[in-house]
Amino acid sequence: MGQFILRRVGLMLITSICLTFVVFFLTNLFPNLEKLAKTQGNFRMSEAEVTSFLEDRGYLQPLPIKYAQWLGVLPGYVIEGKDGTVRGKCIKPGMLQEDAARFCGVLQGDWGYSTVFKDDIGKLVLIRLSLTGKLMFWVMLLMIPSALIIGILAGMREGSSTDRTLSTISIATTATPEYVSGVIFIAVFSSTAFGLKWFKGTAAKAMEDANFENFFLPVLTIALYGMGYIARMTRASMAEVMTAQYIRTARLKGVSFTNIVMKHALRNALIAPFTVIMLQFPWLLNGVVIVETLFNYKGFGWVLVQAAGNNDIELLLAVSAVSVVVVLLTQLISDIGYVYLNPRISVT
Amino acid sequence: MEALTWAEILSRMFYQLTPVWIGMIALFSISIYYKRNLGLYGKLFDSKIGMIGFAIVMFWVFVGFFAGALDMISTHDPLSQVSGMKNKVPGTPFRGAEEGDYAFYLLGGDHLARDVFSRVMDGASIIIVIAPLATLFAFMVGITLGLPAGYFGGKLDTLLSFIANLILAFPVILLFYLLVTPEIRMTGLPQYMAIFLFSFPILFFAVLINTRYYIEPQKRNILMFIVVGLLSYLYLSLINEPGTKVTVFNAIDGFDVPGGLLTVFVSVVFVNSPTVFRIVRGLTLDIKTRDYVSAAQTRGEGAWYIMLWEILPNARGPLIVDFCLRIGYTTILLGTLGFFGLGLDPESPNWGATINEGRKLLSIYPHPALPPAFALLSLVLGLNLLADGLREESLKD
Repeated sequence: MGQFILRRVGLMLITSICLTFVVFFLTNLFPNLEKLAKTQGNFRMSEAEVTSFLEDRGYLQPLPIKYAQWLGVLPGYVIEGKDGTVRGKCIKPGMLQEDAARFCGVLQGDWGYSTVFKDDIGKLVLIRLSLTGKLMFWVMLLMIPSALIIGILAGMREGSSTDRTLSTISIATTATPEYVSGVIFIAVFSSTAFGLKWFKGTAAKAMEDANFENFFLPVLTIALYGMGYIARMTRASMAEVMTAQYIRTARLKGVSFTNIVMKHALRNALIAPFTVIMLQFPWLLNGVVIVETLFNYKGFGWVLVQAAGNNDIELLLAVSAVSVVVVLLTQLISDIGYVYLNPRISVT
Repeated sequence: MEALTWAEILSRMFYQLTPVWIGMIALFSISIYYKRNLGLYGKLFDSKIGMIGFAIVMFWVFVGFFAGALDMISTHDPLSQVSGMKNKVPGTPFRGAEEGDYAFYLLGGDHLARDVFSRVMDGASIIIVIAPLATLFAFMVGITLGLPAGYFGGKLDTLLSFIANLILAFPVILLFYLLVTPEIRMTGLPQYMAIFLFSFPILFFAVLINTRYYIEPQKRNILMFIVVGLLSYLYLSLINEPGTKVTVFNAIDGFDVPGGLLTVFVSVVFVNSPTVFRIVRGLTLDIKTRDYVSAAQTRGEGAWYIMLWEILPNARGPLIVDFCLRIGYTTILLGTLGFFGLGLDPESPNWGATINEGRKLLSIYPHPALPPAFALLSLVLGLNLLADGLREESLKD
């Protein structure tokens, strides 16, 4: 087991390095840098000015060197610009050249400086992540129990009318992307046109003070899309378990139906949904981006959109590194959990 | 003129959709009459869920066809802005209507005073062309790479699986934001990706024909010349675009695809193919242990013949089901792109962009955002139900 985890962590590191390098490559293509220079400086810069702007800030070094500096395995650049000021990767605003560290990359715990938010990225991402964490917590709390209940109810009597109804409902929720359900919810529950006004159409206030009125719609919107898929998986696995020999034996012994479902079937039926729930994380991340944009909730997904829209290179790298690690970690946890839950499977 | 009531709006929309109803009635009566001779497609009409799904999907296909190709259903030009019609509620009379103009905005006007009804109907024609086509390309890539990965295994499998997992670990929206920007388009990167990804169908068909007819060289050569020639022509026309980085084939460029559209297309194919790859690889691993594969191996058939003519046909059931589901997923992805204002021209009436524009005034004027939202929802729902029906019917035998 230890070896398996070690191998997976190694693979995870290689994957994150490959992916951040891809992001690095794409964000450092010249047209992107040009856009960055123009938004940072001014829009009427000539080509020569753009070049010198980029050169002074170390953007025109060869790609592998820049990447190594970002990682922190090469010393950060120190460049004396054409205007005479000395700029360095490790020289923060208001810092003397002599005080700056030689290495300042991810390995040193320095994620860089955001050009959009004018803030330290490590701090920024952490704050936004905690906001998204709050959102995800409530999403999970709503999504998992309701998905499991729907799946179990549908799967325990396969082919019944309850099963048909619940299956159709789960298909409908998987067919409703967040931007559709979110728009419908806002229009129905918070617009003046329908006159219901039960909830708030924006979750901006929920960042400090979340309550049912301003937080329920975004949570519901994300939960709904993932719910159908988990429910269908639970239903399939429940239906399979219910046809097993030991369930028939229990029935013939005269155990009540409730007891069969609760005590005999449930434990085995919940192995598959566990994996599915863990693998839903990457999808939920997508939902988070859409919902945070739609409801104006300034969490991690919102930062992703801002960083990508403004080509904030270091922020984008941090965001992609974090999301890739989240995705791979959940895969790892789902694999390990699967082994623990199902003794028939071994990793070696 | 009085504004229309909801009953009038609905009946007028129903009337406006007449060609679609005629098309659907014709299709369904023919299909149900001949359903015993139509294989899996015919069996679909035995399942209620499958039939409902198919009806919804065909509804949008017909709408897309009649609105896009024949210009029949829309009441107004989806791009023209009419003063005085801004944010007007559904059923508002068309201001300053002249002879030949349709007298109402059936579903109201959006924030740029365009007709919502016409935009939704014309949006269907974009989706029903791009989504299946992109899914088809993704399947070509996934099948061409997934078959050898599953069949040969070893280093090739490790490498391809690693790359597939790499792409899958990327959050889709981040990938879109990195790939589908005007700046990236300027570097020509999407076109290079198109050169790579779109070569797979040619490769696939070339191998397909060669493995089948290599004992009859003459027949093979003729077929190969026709099919590969035609595909290559389409391929070169697709990737070549005057005024961009790829202009080598200007002389034979048959048609132009707007840069934004090509980029969207490429990224959707790119995002979808790793999943298809994984499915095909899994199916191949399963099927290659069957007896008929051993029989073919003993007969001395080549590896590619076994993959394409023994394994692939026997994997068709799950693949067809996944194809339907994946068209739905592609539709959602295209909508996501539109929602973030990426790729396609924001003026164009694609549903995602229309939802995105409508959401800004959602709490005051919800009517421009809701019709495209329901349209997208119903199409994806239809595809899901269709896939469900197909799965049920293909499991029966």
